[in-house]
Amino acid sequence: MGRYFGKKIIVYLITFIIAVTINFVIPRMMPGDPIQILLSRFSGMEGGREIIEKQLTLLFSLDDPLIVQYFKFWKSIFTGDFGISIMQFPTPVIDIIKKAIIYDLILLIPSIILSWIVGNKLGAFSGVNKKADNVLMPIFYFLSSSPYFWLAGVVAFFLGVKLGWFPISGAYSATMNPGFNLKFIFDYLKHWVLPFLSMFLVELGGWAIGMRNMIIYERSSNYSKYMEALGASDKCIRRYGFRNGVLPQVTGLALRLAGIIGGAITVETVFNYPGLGRVMLNAVFNQDYFLLQGIFLAIVTMTLVANFVVDIIYMFIDPRVRLSFSGEV
Amino acid sequence: MTSEFWKEHENLYYALTNKKVIFGLVVFSLVIMLAIFGPLLTPYDYEEYAGDPYLAPSAKHFFGTTIMGKDVFTRTVYGLRSTILVGFIAGTIATLIGCIIGFLAGYFGGTLFDELLMMFTNIFVVIPQLALLIVISAFLKARGIVVMSVIVAATAWPWTARAVRSQTLSLKNQEYVNLSRISGLGVMRILKDDIASNMFSYVFMVFIQQFNGTMLATVQLEFLGLGPTRGISLGLVMQDAVNWNAIQLGMWWWSIIPGLILTIMITALYFVNTGLDAAFNPRLREM
Repeated sequence: MGRYFGKKIIVYLITFIIAVTINFVIPRMMPGDPIQILLSRFSGMEGGREIIEKQLTLLFSLDDPLIVQYFKFWKSIFTGDFGISIMQFPTPVIDIIKKAIIYDLILLIPSIILSWIVGNKLGAFSGVNKKADNVLMPIFYFLSSSPYFWLAGVVAFFLGVKLGWFPISGAYSATMNPGFNLKFIFDYLKHWVLPFLSMFLVELGGWAIGMRNMIIYERSSNYSKYMEALGASDKCIRRYGFRNGVLPQVTGLALRLAGIIGGAITVETVFNYPGLGRVMLNAVFNQDYFLLQGIFLAIVTMTLVANFVVDIIYMFIDPRVRLSFSGEV
Repeated sequence: MTSEFWKEHENLYYALTNKKVIFGLVVFSLVIMLAIFGPLLTPYDYEEYAGDPYLAPSAKHFFGTTIMGKDVFTRTVYGLRSTILVGFIAGTIATLIGCIIGFLAGYFGGTLFDELLMMFTNIFVVIPQLALLIVISAFLKARGIVVMSVIVAATAWPWTARAVRSQTLSLKNQEYVNLSRISGLGVMRILKDDIASNMFSYVFMVFIQQFNGTMLATVQLEFLGLGPTRGISLGLVMQDAVNWNAIQLGMWWWSIIPGLILTIMITALYFVNTGLDAAFNPRLREM
């Protein structure tokens, strides 16, 4: 087991180093001179030029040789100092990220987990019921074939515009002040429904297809046939099949949760929702390199940590993984 | 004569008589024909102000017009061409990279070489796709169709490498492979003749899945404004629709139809894949 984890940790470390290096290299490979762009943007602002110049020496330390710059970049990562955003001057990058991440989590965690549960149930059902299969499968295929933002548009058009049930823009009404009171929470939930629903629907299809195929595969395996020959009830066989079939789905869920940050970027664009994906896109178009670097790093770190947690969880839910790594099988 | 041909190509027979495959292929061909011949059906140019703004679909404008009076049908069919082309090239590149790495890693399964290749693959799995795509495309100022394809393919191949590797692992200890090895055939020859040729149907299905995935990734990038820097693409049509509030204004022909066509096409390919799966795996045939 130690060897297994050792290997995993090495992969994750290498990945992290590569990701940070990409992050370091990209602004330096940029066509044009990003510094002049930044300076010209701030030359009109009182004291702006000095602050930006200080920023640049801190983050790029351009007078130093490249290798020294590289190590200084690493140092700034470990001190959590990603610099100051240019777009929303002078908010520190880390504050912008913290604020936006909350919207991502409240929107994505429920939609991913609920679609996983419902998708697995429906998939398992259509795996054993031929009639249901013929109706449900085309729907699932269609759902998982649709681009997120297209389905978001369809949902917004029918439920938001035609029926007018839910607002289709923003995370809360413009007249509202964010705060912890009933009126705001209600308003927030109303804005939350449509983005949630569109994420839920697209994800649903993929989970259901995966589960259905697994169930069919398990049903035709030898142990199922053996149990059938022994006269076990259909329900009992199905239960065993489900337990086996759900394992790859757990991996899928974990990987999906790992990529959660910024995972709804196109849906957020359609609904004008202030999550991290939107912030990242704005940073790209406004050439806010500090913010972009910070977000990319946050996403990579989240992904790595989540993947690692998954590896640990998987050992507990699948006895075979546990046994094979302790050398008992 | 004909019956002998079918006996030799039994898989092909099962594939082409499968209802799902037939249905999927027909729908897919219709969409492809729309992309190829669509531009001939329209007298307009995709950037041209073709008529009054805000027109619903009619005989003159099949998919209506945008808020600027551009013809949505023209924009859709030209955009479809570009998006399918990028998806196709990217899917091909991703399948090739995935297969090469998968074959090699699988054939040398358990060795250091295999571990290194898999480590390389896992690194690509963990780095968040979309974030990387956005960062890369944001810094490439001019993006043509080929550059787009490479960007999309670069993050699409890892799962193929993993899947092909595990298939190769299970094939490489078959007796006929051992026999080739004892006869002293080269590694490349064994991979080509014994392993790849036996996985042809599998790789073909992988390719269809890659094509689906790369088209979705492509249209997503285009929608975010990171598509090819010149010309039109399906994602760009849909981005325009969102930017100009087509949804709020109730212009369903602009905001919904272009995406619907792509979704239908990808769904059709899903059907082909499921049908092929049943045709190639006798176990599933009875389902």
